[in-house]
Amino acid sequence: MNTAKIDDYIPIVGQPIIDDLRLLSDRLRGKSIQNINSTAVGGGVAEILSRMVPLLKEIGVNANWDVIKGGSQFFNVTKKFHNALHGRPEEISQRDFDIFMETGDINKKEMNIYGDIVFVHDPQPISLVDNKSEKNKWIWRCHIDVSNPNHKVWRFLETYIFNYDSAVFSAPNFSQRLPIRQFLISPSIDPLSDKNKELPPEAIDSVLRKYEVPRNKPIVTQISRFDRLKDPLGVIDAYRQVKKYVDCRLVLAGGGASDDPEGEKVLAEVREKAKQDKDIHILLLPQNDIEINALQRASTVIVQKSLKEGFGLTVSEALWKGKPVVASNVGGIPLQIKHKYSGLLCRSAEGAAFAIKQLLNSPEYAKRLGASGREHVRNNFLLTRHLREYMLLFLSLYHPEDVVHL
Amino acid sequence: MAKSINAKEPFRFYTRLHLTELTGLRASTLSQLLNFVKEVPGSCIYHHTHRFLQQHQHFSPEPPNDFAYWVTDVLGEDALGEKLSSIDTIQYPTIRGLREKIVSTMEEYLTANPLAKMKFAGEGEEFHFIKSISFVLPTKSVANNLKEFVRILGKITIDSIYFHIFESRLRLEKGDNDFSNWIGNSIGGKELASEISRLDPYTYTLEDLRKTVIKIIKKRTVS
Repeated sequence: MNTAKIDDYIPIVGQPIIDDLRLLSDRLRGKSIQNINSTAVGGGVAEILSRMVPLLKEIGVNANWDVIKGGSQFFNVTKKFHNALHGRPEEISQRDFDIFMETGDINKKEMNIYGDIVFVHDPQPISLVDNKSEKNKWIWRCHIDVSNPNHKVWRFLETYIFNYDSAVFSAPNFSQRLPIRQFLISPSIDPLSDKNKELPPEAIDSVLRKYEVPRNKPIVTQISRFDRLKDPLGVIDAYRQVKKYVDCRLVLAGGGASDDPEGEKVLAEVREKAKQDKDIHILLLPQNDIEINALQRASTVIVQKSLKEGFGLTVSEALWKGKPVVASNVGGIPLQIKHKYSGLLCRSAEGAAFAIKQLLNSPEYAKRLGASGREHVRNNFLLTRHLREYMLLFLSLYHPEDVVHL
Repeated sequence: MAKSINAKEPFRFYTRLHLTELTGLRASTLSQLLNFVKEVPGSCIYHHTHRFLQQHQHFSPEPPNDFAYWVTDVLGEDALGEKLSSIDTIQYPTIRGLREKIVSTMEEYLTANPLAKMKFAGEGEEFHFIKSISFVLPTKSVANNLKEFVRILGKITIDSIYFHIFESRLRLEKGDNDFSNWIGNSIGGKELASEISRLDPYTYTLEDLRKTVIKIIKKRTVS
C-alpha cells in the first residue's frame, strides 16, 4: 500500500503546489469533513478515498471516512442503478426502489452524521441527505458517466440530489440541468502508486520475460479489460493496417473476466481474431499494478480505442510515463489529450492505424507528444490537483460568489 | 533606475486557484451558441477565453478560445474560428467588452453565411458552458523593492503570475496588470511599468511571460 507523505510529492509537482495546499487547509480549520461511500475496499472510489483522506489529515484538514451498510439485495439493486445510469438497458421495478429506500432508512437511523461538510460518494448512500440539518452542508459526488442516464433512475435520484448543496461530476457532458451548484472535478492518478511510480529497467524486463513479449520490435499496447466498449477487436484491425508497413507487436492486456460472461465472450473473439499472429500478445493479467506499469513503460505507443469511456484514466497513466498515446475522442479522453499537442485523437480503426503509423515512423514527434502529455498530466491530472479542488469545493459551500477573496 | 529603491507600498503577491462550475447549458448549433454567449454569466465568458491558457500553459503561446476551437473543429466553420481566435483580448478592459466583440463577430458571420445555421454538432460534441470560480489568497511573499520583486518573481507559483497579469486586469477590472501598477505608482518606474503593460501576455506561455518580465526589469535596472 502506498503510504506516501505530502512532502514526497514536492519533487514531482514543486514546492509552490504543496504550499498552496497548506494555504487552503488553513482556511478549513475548524470544519470537519465526513466522506461517506458504500465500500471500504475495492473499486475506484475506495481507492481514491484511501489516498486522499490520510493526505488531507496530514495537511491539517479534519477529514474522515464512513461506510454505509447494505445486504446483497441492496447491492444488486445499486448495481442495476449503476448500469442504468451508464445508459445500459435494465429493468428496474418498484420493488428495486423499495429495497433501495429500506436500506437507506436503516442507514439513516444508524449512521452518525457529525461532519460540518458531508461528502457523499455515488448513488448508494444518497438518501442520507434526508438527515440534513441547519448545521451541515452536503455534497453529492457522482463518479459515474451520467451523460445518457436511464430517466426513471435519474428522476428517482433527483429527488435526493435536489436536497444537496452541491453536486460534482467528472466531465462536462455528465452535467445535468440542476437547481443546485454543480462542479467539474476530474479524477486523478497518484504518481507514487505502484501503477505509476518509476520502475528500474530490470523490473520492466522481468515482466516482459514473464509474459514472453520480446523487445525486438516496437510494442503497441492497449491496457483495458476485455469489454466491447474498449473495442479490442478494433485495435487488432488497426494493428493489422499498421503491420503492413511497420513491423511491430501488439499487446492487449487486461484484468480477469471470469465473473463476466460477456467479457469471456469478448476475450474468446479476440483470441480467435488474433490466432496465427505470433506478434499479438493477449495477456489476461491478475490485478497487479506493477505489471501494468511495466507493460506501459515498455511500450512504444499506447492505444485506448474505447467506444465509450467514463473518464479513461489509463490515458493519463500512459501520458505520465511520457508515452505517445492514440485514443478515441470519447468521454473524458479529450480533456486529457489535446490533438497533436499531447497525443493523437481518433474516431475509427483507420484513424487509429494512421496515427500509430505516424508515431512509429516519427520517433521525434512521438517523443515530443509524450513529453507534452506528461506535462499536461503534471498540471491537471495528478492527485495534488484533486486534493486542491476538493478543498476549494469545501470552501465554495461558504462562498456563493464567483470571485472569492480568502 | 536602482533595483534597491524602496517602494512606497510593498507588493504582496497573491495566488489564484480556481474551481470549475458546470451550468448544464449546452449548444449544438451556432445560433444556440450565440444565444447562450449573450446571456451566460461573465464568469462563463472568462472561463472559455482563458481556460486554455491555464490548462495548457506549456503547450502554446497562442491560446485559442474555446468558442473558436469548437466552431472550427466541430462545426467546420474555419473562417469564423479564425476570426474568433484572433480577437485581441488584451484590448478589452472588461469581460463585458470582450463578450460584445465575440457576439458581434458571430452575428456578422451568420449574416454573411446564413447556411452556417444549419450545422449541428454530433452527440457528445456539444459545446458545454462552464464557469470559472476564482479563489484569491495572499501568499507569504512580499517585495519592498525591485530586487526583492525579481527574486520572488523567479520562484513564485505560476498561478500568482497568472492572477496579477490576467485576472486582475480583466476580471477585477483594474485597467492594467498589477506589476505595472505597482512599479509605476510605488517605485516610480513609469517607463518600466509601461514596457510591461505593452506586452501582449496572450501570446506568451506563462513560463515565457515570467522570464520576459524578469528580463525587462533586469535590463532597465542597475544594481
